[in-house]
Amino acid sequence: MASTISMPDFSLSPHVDQVGIEERASRVTKRSIKNETKINGLKLALNMIDLTTLEGKDTDGKVKQLCYKAQHLHDQYPGLPTVAAVCVYPSMVKTAKTALGDSGIKVAAVATAFPSGQAPRDVKIRDTKFAVDQGADEIDMVISRGKFHQGEYNFVFDEIAAVKEACGDARLKVILETGELVTYDKVRRASDIAMYAGADFIKTSTGKISPAATLPVTLVMLEAIRDFYYKTGKKIAMKPAGGISKAKLALHYLVLLNEVLGEEWMNNEWFRFGASSLANDILMQLMKQKTGVYQSADYFSID
Amino acid sequence: MATKKSNTIKLKFDSSRNLAPAPESKSAAKINSRYDLFINGKFEKPSGKKYFDTINPATEEKLSEVAEANEADVNKAVKAARDAYDKVWKKMPAKERAKYIYRIARMVQERAREFSVIETLDGGKPIRESRDFDVPTAANHFFYYAGWADKLEYAFPNRNVEPLGVAGQIIPWNFPLLMAAWKIAPALATGNTVVLKPAETTPLTALKLAEIIEEADLPPGVVNIITGAGATGAAIVNHPDVNKIAFTGSTDVGKIIQRAIANTNKKATLELGGKAANIIFDDAPLDQAVEGVINGIFFNQGHVCCAGSRLYVQESVYKTVLRKLKDRMESLIVGDPMDKNTDIGAINSRSQLEVINKYLKIGQQEGAEMYQTACSIPKKGFFCRPTIFTNVAQSNRIAQEEIFGPVLTIQTFRTDDEVIEKANNTPFGLSAGVWTDKGSKIFNMTTKLRAGVVWANTYNKFDPTSPFGGYKESGYGREGGLHGLNAYVSLV
Repeated sequence: MASTISMPDFSLSPHVDQVGIEERASRVTKRSIKNETKINGLKLALNMIDLTTLEGKDTDGKVKQLCYKAQHLHDQYPGLPTVAAVCVYPSMVKTAKTALGDSGIKVAAVATAFPSGQAPRDVKIRDTKFAVDQGADEIDMVISRGKFHQGEYNFVFDEIAAVKEACGDARLKVILETGELVTYDKVRRASDIAMYAGADFIKTSTGKISPAATLPVTLVMLEAIRDFYYKTGKKIAMKPAGGISKAKLALHYLVLLNEVLGEEWMNNEWFRFGASSLANDILMQLMKQKTGVYQSADYFSID
Repeated sequence: MATKKSNTIKLKFDSSRNLAPAPESKSAAKINSRYDLFINGKFEKPSGKKYFDTINPATEEKLSEVAEANEADVNKAVKAARDAYDKVWKKMPAKERAKYIYRIARMVQERAREFSVIETLDGGKPIRESRDFDVPTAANHFFYYAGWADKLEYAFPNRNVEPLGVAGQIIPWNFPLLMAAWKIAPALATGNTVVLKPAETTPLTALKLAEIIEEADLPPGVVNIITGAGATGAAIVNHPDVNKIAFTGSTDVGKIIQRAIANTNKKATLELGGKAANIIFDDAPLDQAVEGVINGIFFNQGHVCCAGSRLYVQESVYKTVLRKLKDRMESLIVGDPMDKNTDIGAINSRSQLEVINKYLKIGQQEGAEMYQTACSIPKKGFFCRPTIFTNVAQSNRIAQEEIFGPVLTIQTFRTDDEVIEKANNTPFGLSAGVWTDKGSKIFNMTTKLRAGVVWANTYNKFDPTSPFGGYKESGYGREGGLHGLNAYVSLV
């Protein structure tokens, strides 16, 4: 594929019809996922989780315990996958990296003055470089929503491109914070900007703003990824984050992904869930499939 | 299979179709081995003693056998309806009439699961559609018209509203229960009595409705439901004591009915065929437009009189729309209608499948390019892959004649005037769709498209409050909404 990607006029990004997109998204919730499809889906969803702790009160101890959980989701159930990554603040990257060792689980760090992104560019670049130097495999950046709302798309674009450069080999996830963009048209435009500026992932939310990820918003972004793929031949990954805490909802996300982008995206290189409590609900459902009965939440570890 | 692939980049969708089976349970519905005619409040054996089979089109297995009503039975049903009209229904206070209709509505809701299972078994439509669309919409129709029963003086201010008498109603096989509701609810609300004949391939939900009507204690004879084929329908149409004919079905039969009732006092509403234009402009939200095209033509296997069977795409976005459409089609699941994940179920009958296959051949002979998805279809039963034809012109038969299956023709256009001209260039005029982000363009189009219903940025949306009906060979009269009352009253 020749790399002759020309930058489009982002004010001309395709429009999205609110009623139509919400109807299409609700259609996937009608899919009935049963038996082996369900078990495979639940295991895949586990394997796509970015297990996350992003609190001001995060400590080494907390992060270490989370990293242990990431590798041992539920040892009573043999053959379970691990999560895809652990997502922490830059200051915790080193702790996580050490704790995860050679487990293959990635360390993702939120950078660029997460969650608001209200800092000068050089601060954001330093934040990114620090996280990468500490050993982060992936960087989750936030876009400047204020500038975006002002119509300064070039500013947003340049900033993403600069952070991408600072990432080096780390994969870059670009958080649009769709709850602050509000309209689907703007989500689509921000997705296009992020992808053309070099994002490896586009991600819905920080988890600090409500609403966070929703099915329709994710659908808008998946369609943007599909259009970009057809235009450029370049695959972009997707990460809905925030508000996905139930196994059934996670399965609906996978159905949506499978129907929009197909099976090549159905793995944790191309799709992630940003979530903290989803894993235990999936584990509970998997145990239910195995034993036929639901177990109390106390039988699943909280780290 | 003519599946030429022009894209070097191709998404893969095999796994999205291979979900574990999620079948709805057949035992959720009770189907008798035999059904008689519902006349004068009870089930009666047909005087000709003849029964015919109704099968499950997805398996070709017999579900039940139903009575064939002959002229004598029709006579009995009309007489029962006339007596009920003269002695009970006409005189009953409107608010009492309403209570019966509300009761039917509630009972349809209560037994929604049973109705949807029977509808799917008998007609072949996906359980998702009968569960989420047919049955709830049918119940809504009864609720809506129950509300009008005692408010007719507000529907027609300063007029004296009189019922017509006995209504003969003949309904098609594509939405059996819903069409029964469309016909019965406004007739009862306005004080008429009814003789209804469901289609011969899909009689079971109407007969289930008869059981409900019996349980609801509706006065005997107010609703009579009799089964049979064309001859039974003709006997209803030709009966001298019927005051009104309401027919939904093919244009050919509609013309026969029109001839038969000429020179009589019978009022009529005819809701006939269609060949709707679905128009995508270059400024449309394309992904949602594509979804609308899918809903427009593949809903109910395309057995929809208002199906968006002619797609017009502005030439500048043609390639994109075609690619998106093909990708979306790849994730459609064709197969067992009882599976909750099925998007496209069984074709209603062998004869309809033959009609569709005939048109697939004609299309290819005419030089159009056929594309079908790669999905597998069951070996038994009547199934057709979702199909699109490109390289189509107005002069192709596949773009002119109603196919009534999951078959879409695609043409391109350059300007607004051109597409209006092409969209109206058809003997039909039931419905149309317009996809654009520009409000002014929507209004320009809706005023110029000669179709009874024009949807903007959506398709196949139905609501009891909204009138439905056609121009030209798509019929006349309106059903639904305030307009739907008009077809069952005389205003003095």
